Amino acid sequence: MTDNINANVPQEDDDIIRDATSGEYKYGFTSDIDTDVIPAGLSEDVIRLISKKKGEPQWLLDFRLEAYKYWLTLEPPTWAHLNIPEIDFQAISYYAAPKKKNTPKSLDEVDPQLIDTFNRLGIPLEEQKIISGMAVDAVMDSVSVKTTHKEKLAELGIIFCSFSEAVKDYPDLVKKYLGKVVGYRDNFYAALNSAVFSDGSFVYIPKGVRCPMELSTYFRINSSGTGQFERTLIVADDDSYVSYLEGCTAPMRDENQLHAAIVEIIVEDRAEVKYSTVQNWYAGDAQGRGGIYNFVTKRGLCRGDFSKLSWTQVETGSAITWKYPSCILSGEGSTGEFYSVAVTNNYQQADTGTKMIHIGSNTKSTIVSKGISAGHSENSYRGLVKVVPSAKGVRNYTQCDSLLLSSTCGAHTFPEIEVGNPTAIVEHEATTSKISEQQIFYCNQRGIPTEEAVALIVNGYAKEVMNKLPMEFAVEAQKLLALTLENSVG
Amino acid sequence: MSSLKQYIDLYNENKLVFDQSPYAISQLRNHAIDFLARYIQKPSKEHVAYPELATEYFFAPDYGLNINRMQFAVDIAASFKCDVPNISTLLAVVVNDTFRPTALLEKNLPQGVTVCSLAHIAKTKPEWTSKYLNVLADDSTAASALNTLLLQDGVVIHISKGVKLDKPIQIVNIFNSTAPLMASRRILVVAEEDSSAKVLICDHSQLRDVEYLSDEVIEIFAEKGSNIEIYDIEESTTTTRRIRQVFCRQEAESAFTMMANTLSGGISINDFHVSSIGDNTHTHLGGLVIGALKQIVENKVNLVHDSRHSTSDQLFKYALFEESRGAFGGKIIVAEGAEFTDASQSNRNLLASDNARMATAPQLEIYCDEVKCSHGATTGQLDERALFYMQTRGIPQEEAKLMLTQAFMADVIESISFDIIRERLRFLVEKRLCGASATCSTGECSGCKTSNVN
Repeated sequence: MTDNINANVPQEDDDIIRDATSGEYKYGFTSDIDTDVIPAGLSEDVIRLISKKKGEPQWLLDFRLEAYKYWLTLEPPTWAHLNIPEIDFQAISYYAAPKKKNTPKSLDEVDPQLIDTFNRLGIPLEEQKIISGMAVDAVMDSVSVKTTHKEKLAELGIIFCSFSEAVKDYPDLVKKYLGKVVGYRDNFYAALNSAVFSDGSFVYIPKGVRCPMELSTYFRINSSGTGQFERTLIVADDDSYVSYLEGCTAPMRDENQLHAAIVEIIVEDRAEVKYSTVQNWYAGDAQGRGGIYNFVTKRGLCRGDFSKLSWTQVETGSAITWKYPSCILSGEGSTGEFYSVAVTNNYQQADTGTKMIHIGSNTKSTIVSKGISAGHSENSYRGLVKVVPSAKGVRNYTQCDSLLLSSTCGAHTFPEIEVGNPTAIVEHEATTSKISEQQIFYCNQRGIPTEEAVALIVNGYAKEVMNKLPMEFAVEAQKLLALTLENSVG
Repeated sequence: MSSLKQYIDLYNENKLVFDQSPYAISQLRNHAIDFLARYIQKPSKEHVAYPELATEYFFAPDYGLNINRMQFAVDIAASFKCDVPNISTLLAVVVNDTFRPTALLEKNLPQGVTVCSLAHIAKTKPEWTSKYLNVLADDSTAASALNTLLLQDGVVIHISKGVKLDKPIQIVNIFNSTAPLMASRRILVVAEEDSSAKVLICDHSQLRDVEYLSDEVIEIFAEKGSNIEIYDIEESTTTTRRIRQVFCRQEAESAFTMMANTLSGGISINDFHVSSIGDNTHTHLGGLVIGALKQIVENKVNLVHDSRHSTSDQLFKYALFEESRGAFGGKIIVAEGAEFTDASQSNRNLLASDNARMATAPQLEIYCDEVKCSHGATTGQLDERALFYMQTRGIPQEEAKLMLTQAFMADVIESISFDIIRERLRFLVEKRLCGASATCSTGECSGCKTSNVN
């Protein structure tokens, strides 16, 4: 009977199910790559060393030092619904880079192990895969290793390069925008990142250009005892469009590693940026040992009139996630969107959500957040919708649903809504429930085992968000969903 | 320096007077003073929507306290402006913080029902008092600890086992002082097994220009199978601040209803702490707020479901005019093992002026999978199309607005099961929306008493 059913399932779905039931964390390998790691610890000297290693100009070093001085005055935030073990910031190495003898001229000169790593991640880094039509910037530990499709993009005037290159080649642009959306005074981890960030991606889309391909960055923490602190800066000039993808993986280790990144996005008049994330950092084992602490500050400024910024995230990894991709809607008629699926299993903890700050008139925002908790995990949505008194005709719709898959997990919702203008219409809806017995029974009746039925129902539940992901990511995200929830039933 | 320090100093200066309180009351003060001393040293982090709602700000002004129990002459007749027509209630008056029974009350109290002064009960039944007083509030917040510290009298409502009280008990809180005054008010409600009662609480201030502060704590013990309904109507002056903290513990199969209706006032905070510890309980919380001038109103809910098969629903509606500001913070906590909980919460807000503000934070904390929980919040303005529709049919704009606002408030009012209070509230809301009762708190209002509600 089961065979008959499976025969009707399209081949692709069949693969998904097989993948979903066959493995654990498949990105948990380590690559034996010759890495340049500086000793653990954080001090002014370390920051000077990082800056020197990267050959940075004085203004950037000053920026780092200022951030560091401010960071020293801060305490880690405790307001989130998270149980964060104390982090020893002196035990982390703040710089780890794949060693390079000389700058590679072509892919042949790049360490084959490195290419192998990215091949195993399924990242089309190799030239032959260029036909797959995606420009990739891969960040290993702290350093951007390879950016593809650069020339083609350059023809259109698009800049897509590592942050360090941007600092060298386009210092004026970087100087103009760095820290303008997420200042180093923003929060504890933003200050830390501003002090020690090692690399990241820089994107500039000139006026009127529609980026012909998806831009993508893959982040990977490889070395042990290191943290990853990258910084992404995206500037979309008037009338431009770009879709940007971000993926993250890390090896399986017993230790907890820190990932504290910053993403800043500036959207000018009538421009549109779509930022998609599939976050699959190592989440720790079933007993909650190890895993990445993912403490990220992401924010976009819709500065231009009728600009649009859309965040889509699928959060399946990390031991602890603390992340609130936000939009400051200051341009008139600008739009912010946030679509999120956050899945937690075992002992994972996630406190994620968004902020929509409506400053311009007739600005609109949509928030759709789907939380799925299983095992002993804790999953929280935290959001703020703020309408300043001068913003007329604001519209917001928020929907956040939680699905509970075990009697020992937690699902929480902490939205805040501040409305200062009477012409605003702000709506918030939230529901929490478990998968209904009836739905499971219906699937069981038709020969679908409970575990697969749950994966099916969860995928259906998350579809609204999944549909917002670009094709390549949607498939991966769907697999990840099933994988994360494996063994969570029963 | 913390603004709470002044109260501790005042207590220490007048310790001899305070020690004259019955032992069941005075014995609680050491714990309260310890809490406050710790709080002053290390204030717990407060997340407030507006600075005026912070504890430090709220208690900052230098009010007088009637420590020596001076009797204030009060015109009871004036307080009758909030008498409910068409029903006779078991009426008790609390002047500032002193319990004043009325002749009617003593005569009409049925067997098994006690409505009397807390100081009196504490003196005559110290053991009974100690069993209940401050057990739920337990100085868990600065405001409740302050109440315990300065507490001298209050109201006790006790419904014996199996007694179903038909007549509502009405408590009228009146502020009457020509100098700024703070009152620590306390109501202790004990509903024994299978009993039921309805309580109507009205708040008034008599002088428009004098500043008053009311620090209230209500403790409610809803024992097995009991049904307690409390309706609160606040009509104070703009110079009155009130913080009311409600602590309720529900045992199995009990039902608890509380509706806080703020029609006028200065700064009002209603803080509900309800925990359901027995199976099959039902909790209904709600309220409506009509804000005007510079009024600030906050409703906070902390509802803990720690039992199986319990249900709760909440509906809070705000209509904010002029420069008024509203805040709502609702939290539903479903504890581990609280299976088959069905909890819903809704907060709907109408901003009727450019300068009105609303901050809302409905929250869910759920630690159990076999549950159904939902919450919703909306903030907006009157539907322009509906307004236009009504105008095309010859209804003047102002009237149309009024009708739509009334309609907006209707479902909170409709949710009141006690018909006389429901009609009364409907009438008061209507009047309030017309702007009439903005002057009511001066005592000049005659509309309430004489008007007939159908």
